[in-house]
Amino acid sequence: MFETHATLLLAAILVPLLAGVVLAFGSGLSTGLRRGVALVGFGFPMLAALLLAFRFDASLAGGYNFESKLATGLESIGIYLHLGLNGISLPLFLLAGVVGFAAGLYAIFSNTERPHLYLALMLFMQGGLMGTFASVDIFFFYFFHEFALIPTFIMIAVWGGTGRRAAAMEMTIYLTLGAMLSLLGLVALYVTSGAESFSLPELRAYLAAQPLSETLQSNIFALLLFGFGILVSLFPFHSWAPKGYAAAPTGAAMLHAGVLKKFGLYGLLQIAAPLLPAGLAHWFPWLAWLALGNIIIIGLITIAQRDLKLMLGYSSVMHMGYAFLGIAAFSVVGAGGALLMMVAHGLSVALLFMLSTCIYHRSLTFDLKAMGGLATKAPVLCAFFVAASMASIGLPGFGNFWGEFTIFVALAETEVTRWLVLPAALGIIISAIYGLRAVANIFFGSPRAEFAARLENDAIKDVQAFEKAPALVLLAALVLIGGFPRLISDRADAELAELYPATESLPHFETIAVTPEMETRKETH
Amino acid sequence: MNEGLADFLRGIAATNEWWVILPEILLAVLALGLLVLELLSPNIRKLVPRVAMAGQGVILVLLLAFGCSDCGGVPEESYFGGLLQSNEWTMVMRVFFLFSALMVSYLGGLFLARQNLAKEEFYHLVILVAAAMMLLVQSNNFVMLFVALEMVTVAFYVLVAYRRSSSLSLEAGIKYLILGALSSSILLFGIVLLYGVGGNPALPGASGDSLNFDALGSFIALNPDNPLVLTGAMLVLAGVCFKIGAVPFQIWVPDVYQGAPTPVTAYLAVASKAAGFMVLLGLLHGPFLSLQGFLVPVLVAISGASILFGNIAAVTQGNLKRLLGLSGIAHAGYLLMGVVASCSVDWADRAVLFYLITYLLASFAVFTVLSIAGQGDDAETSMETYRNLSQRQPFLGGVLTLGLGSLAGIPPLGGFIAKLFLFVAAFQAGLYGLLIVSVLGVVISIYYYFGWIRTVYFKSTGATDEAASAEVLGIQARCVMGFLVAAIILLGVFPGAMSLL
Repeated sequence: MFETHATLLLAAILVPLLAGVVLAFGSGLSTGLRRGVALVGFGFPMLAALLLAFRFDASLAGGYNFESKLATGLESIGIYLHLGLNGISLPLFLLAGVVGFAAGLYAIFSNTERPHLYLALMLFMQGGLMGTFASVDIFFFYFFHEFALIPTFIMIAVWGGTGRRAAAMEMTIYLTLGAMLSLLGLVALYVTSGAESFSLPELRAYLAAQPLSETLQSNIFALLLFGFGILVSLFPFHSWAPKGYAAAPTGAAMLHAGVLKKFGLYGLLQIAAPLLPAGLAHWFPWLAWLALGNIIIIGLITIAQRDLKLMLGYSSVMHMGYAFLGIAAFSVVGAGGALLMMVAHGLSVALLFMLSTCIYHRSLTFDLKAMGGLATKAPVLCAFFVAASMASIGLPGFGNFWGEFTIFVALAETEVTRWLVLPAALGIIISAIYGLRAVANIFFGSPRAEFAARLENDAIKDVQAFEKAPALVLLAALVLIGGFPRLISDRADAELAELYPATESLPHFETIAVTPEMETRKETH
Repeated sequence: MNEGLADFLRGIAATNEWWVILPEILLAVLALGLLVLELLSPNIRKLVPRVAMAGQGVILVLLLAFGCSDCGGVPEESYFGGLLQSNEWTMVMRVFFLFSALMVSYLGGLFLARQNLAKEEFYHLVILVAAAMMLLVQSNNFVMLFVALEMVTVAFYVLVAYRRSSSLSLEAGIKYLILGALSSSILLFGIVLLYGVGGNPALPGASGDSLNFDALGSFIALNPDNPLVLTGAMLVLAGVCFKIGAVPFQIWVPDVYQGAPTPVTAYLAVASKAAGFMVLLGLLHGPFLSLQGFLVPVLVAISGASILFGNIAAVTQGNLKRLLGLSGIAHAGYLLMGVVASCSVDWADRAVLFYLITYLLASFAVFTVLSIAGQGDDAETSMETYRNLSQRQPFLGGVLTLGLGSLAGIPPLGGFIAKLFLFVAAFQAGLYGLLIVSVLGVVISIYYYFGWIRTVYFKSTGATDEAASAEVLGIQARCVMGFLVAAIILLGVFPGAMSLL
């Protein structure tokens, strides 16, 4: 199959990077030319991803579609630029394409200082994102993810909002710590498996033939769990996320919260859990309790926020808890739920971050208490925001619903995880509280005096075309998944079935001795 | 005794293949020629920098052309009665040192243009140091090693104190002189102890020529527990650790790096450090092979301490040259981890070499920016100099970002691949504790490297942005930095390119 499709996959990575290079040196380009180049850079990956999704053949489960393999001089330690898509990576590859396009569209037509540099940095991130999810080789999976580190840092430092100096640094240090831990975990997999290769299928084959000892599995899994966990803002390693996103410019926040953050979950879903089941079993109580921390504790913190962007940042941390629980369930259903959740959450959080900037341009504040009554002047914006909030809460009709629903089903299906359903469901109520309150505060009710004065004179307009287009793209994708979750699950199921046990027979959890400690925990719930 | 000496001389006469050290001879001739040129007339004197650069360039090209024709499988051969030994490693390192010298000469040109100092001797000394380092990596005998090392060190005494009018430079020179002399004497004492015990006829395997690495190696293999052998090896190790600036012999680094002219700092940071590592690798895999069990724990401790000390000390450092010095200590620590790993993992020494090469490229990229952008007093460059550089000089800002990113080890830059190699090697060697320390070190280093990058992009709060410094970059400077950055990215994306370099 190394023909047009495999080439298209490679091109989806290279086109944004090349466009980024052109723009980085293109401070002299005219506005039209600059927009054209950026549009190609953001549009091409999305079109490629859509085309590849149509041509995807789910019957190749266990293997990869559109494979290609290039040597880059690291053959001596078993690293190839090995690209391809399977049922788990395809939805995320699509997500990266769609969110990247929406974020790019918004960035191209909004006013920023030094637009060529801004767009160039976003394009570098975009190329890296496409590469992350297209990599079969776990070295390149990591490598492409780190593409975003320097661009994100510079974007926050230059275009960021309040507190950007400290936020940029805290975020980068945290992310580096997470990345280094997970790199150690990946190197550990490479060394201990004896596969002499960083290629995921080869590692899988080696580990299936000769599983690692239980201690080794749990040690490596710990590195990956906490390394990836930091990158996904697992409680209590979350503090970088709300501050970082609050300070980040819109484009960076959309790409980072929407797509990049899914890297860690994807790593757990595709690499850590299937390769190291005994490790997951060993760390299951930790993962479950920390995920509950995400849902309950961060949920309560989110309720207390007065700043719109901080609230969105915390809510995105909170929702990660569901995805962790889906992975912790270690079943086809749970993993599938986590996958759906990741995609839907990526779309909805990107939409919310974009809309929050649209709101800021009208209200000139992020303070929820200072706003009010915006719906009278901007009804369409209000409609978008309400829809996005509903999606994020998990109302039926949007993708997030299916993700959360499936995760609950998976949790309820086995004895060991059943106690998690109730506290996790509490989270839905929590997110309804803060989501609806934000809507009420911003768009309805009576505004404070100074904001009321702004509403009086006609300074405030409804959404412009350049805001509407990306919002429509994201919302359409959310509704599409909400209506037809099979679009994703049909393609993912076969692959998940290869990697995860079916829910009826969970051989793996039967082997876990339920410790007395866990029993008492169950009773308390 | 006389007979032994005669044998020795006869051995040298039989294998004195002068063409082997032709590059070094040419460099020495070039260095002396520059001094002669200076005497001729003021007009000719102006040509000295160009002649120096051109001469080094020609020798580099010749070395590449003739060295690489049989680069693939240069057999390990001894010349001059075992004084020198050459293999593909020494070939690569000679290119490494000569390239460093060329870069330092270029930076020196930038530096000297702003100073009222004698210009010619600078090039003379830089070239001499290069020749001596090239001999150093080939030496297979402690006398040869010591003479070459001293030639490097003595030339550096002068170079460090080159800015005679600056008290900081003079202070740096004195410190380097005193501590350098101390370390040399420690090294020499170690050599003498080894020579003495190796020549003791009462011990098995004693040899009349125990300065020779091969003879000494076979002697040590038979007497690995002899206390004099252990003491001597430790003393030699201490002398080498001074050169690479590893804890606890790092005390001179910040002051000397700050006071020395920036090009000399770059030379010390890159070439001097690399030379130290080559000597260390050569000793560990040569005469000290059977002492590895004894030396490895020591090196592990030194490595961990260097990583932690360098990174933690650099966090609060505001002076950029001191910062680079301190972070260089941390890099020495990472490299030592690779050296330790090379005792049990056979490809780890190549990981060390790869790290040195990426370190060379990234360091010179940063130092070039430092030489161009740093104004006023060379020793006092602080972060403030770089505030908003990305807007005033986008090209310099970009080069600095990529250089620092590579030093921090961020993909897709060469420094990341280098760190990955070291980590994999260390993992295979089972150095888990050191790995955790170095991960911590990398995370800490983000603070100061990215803090610097942030300054480059951060808008100044006041209106102090003077457009005065927006002088146009010359095409030459652009080419040099473009080449360095391209090489950094190439090694990051396509590490296979290393075999081409």
